[in-house]
Amino acid sequence: MSERVSVDVVVVGAGPAGSTAARLAAENGVSVLLLEKDREVGIPVRCAEGVGESSLRKVLEPRPHWIMNTVQNAEFISPSGLHVLVHVGSDRGFVLNRKIFDYELAQMAADAGAEVWTKAYAYDLLRDSEGRVAGVRVRHIGREVEVSAKVVIGADGVESRVGRWAGLKTLTKMHDMETCVQVTAARVEAETDRFYFFFGSQVAPGGYAWVFPKGNGLANVGLGLSGDFSATRKPIDYLQDLLDKHFPGAAILTTVAGGVPCSGTVEKLVTDGLMLVGDAAHQANPVSGGGIAPGMIAGKIAGRVAAEAIREGDVSEKRLRKYVREWDREVGKTHRLFYRIKEGIFRLTDDELNRTAKALQGLAPDEITLKRMFRVALMKQPKLLLDVARVFVG
Amino acid sequence: MSLVAVKRDLCDLCGTCVGVCPVDCMELTETELRIDAETCILCRFCIDICPIEALEMKDE
Repeated sequence: MSERVSVDVVVVGAGPAGSTAARLAAENGVSVLLLEKDREVGIPVRCAEGVGESSLRKVLEPRPHWIMNTVQNAEFISPSGLHVLVHVGSDRGFVLNRKIFDYELAQMAADAGAEVWTKAYAYDLLRDSEGRVAGVRVRHIGREVEVSAKVVIGADGVESRVGRWAGLKTLTKMHDMETCVQVTAARVEAETDRFYFFFGSQVAPGGYAWVFPKGNGLANVGLGLSGDFSATRKPIDYLQDLLDKHFPGAAILTTVAGGVPCSGTVEKLVTDGLMLVGDAAHQANPVSGGGIAPGMIAGKIAGRVAAEAIREGDVSEKRLRKYVREWDREVGKTHRLFYRIKEGIFRLTDDELNRTAKALQGLAPDEITLKRMFRVALMKQPKLLLDVARVFVG
Repeated sequence: MSLVAVKRDLCDLCGTCVGVCPVDCMELTETELRIDAETCILCRFCIDICPIEALEMKDE
């Protein structure tokens, strides 16, 4: 016999998107239960931990102890080893400590009034007599609980099963799944003022490798490939090559695997009584795979809209679509352009990437911007140049 | 009969395979990845996407 609990909003998954959605719903006056499958929020960290300052500030004021390093530059390394340094200047990048970051985002949700259950595994949806989503079934430390809720928010990450149970198409195509491995290592000899990005068919086909320095010789070193390429050779093997070649003295402290859906937002984000946020909604930037800020922006909108809808007594798909419209306006539209740009970038041959690097090296340092880089790289795909212009407007 | 087997000593429980499974036959708890052999269609997507070669086809 299962126990029963009733709340206004249940959020499945306490990553940055889920915790932010839980906090905003609670702040807007409804009762919230936040579920986390693992025993501790924030662990394991399956993330390169990079985030843009300006995007993060759209959701909250960063706390200094979340930030391990601040960078002003991005260095791109072509297949033949040509380096291009791009000064990103005003929009600095942070390398977060996500163990602490995620933990505190969940605490902020709790402080706003949300209940939090860890070791709580959602394995099915509840439905009402008319077949509409009405909650989730949960295994929570040895007991079965039926959590009935007016709105379910699926923030269950790359697996994205909550959405699938509700009939939303959250399956990621092999082509769009970036399959990744990362180490956090000591004794990594790298400048701390920049993110490094390595490109090439021998480095990470259909993706890229990254080095995000955390200070004191510590860095996240990882890479992701498109699922089109991972059958024949695994990300872990590419990463070993990268470490042997560039960081032979590194001492590995942590190794994690993970996947990032880089398709652009799923076509349908909401249905009656259910919304999706974060990786579960494919809201990572399709070019970079960065999903922290977009997931939190989505969580911020979704949490508020869920609370408003509940207060008005209408949690229909139509009412919840307000979240979709706001997401689209704020981020989703740009991600559709980024998806097209990604398709162009990852189609470039090693020769074309090397030529791009060479062309950029001929410019004065202050002339090299991200926009310029994309434009040069995509010179032979003129249709995409318009997308680049649109993405980098303002 | 073939089935997809999890190498439990390798699997990092990252869920990447679950995200590409076309028939939703995989379940990832805090401690375990389970595959429902009844539902599985042996498409190999999970094996191909795995970042660390933690899945394999086995003949029973």
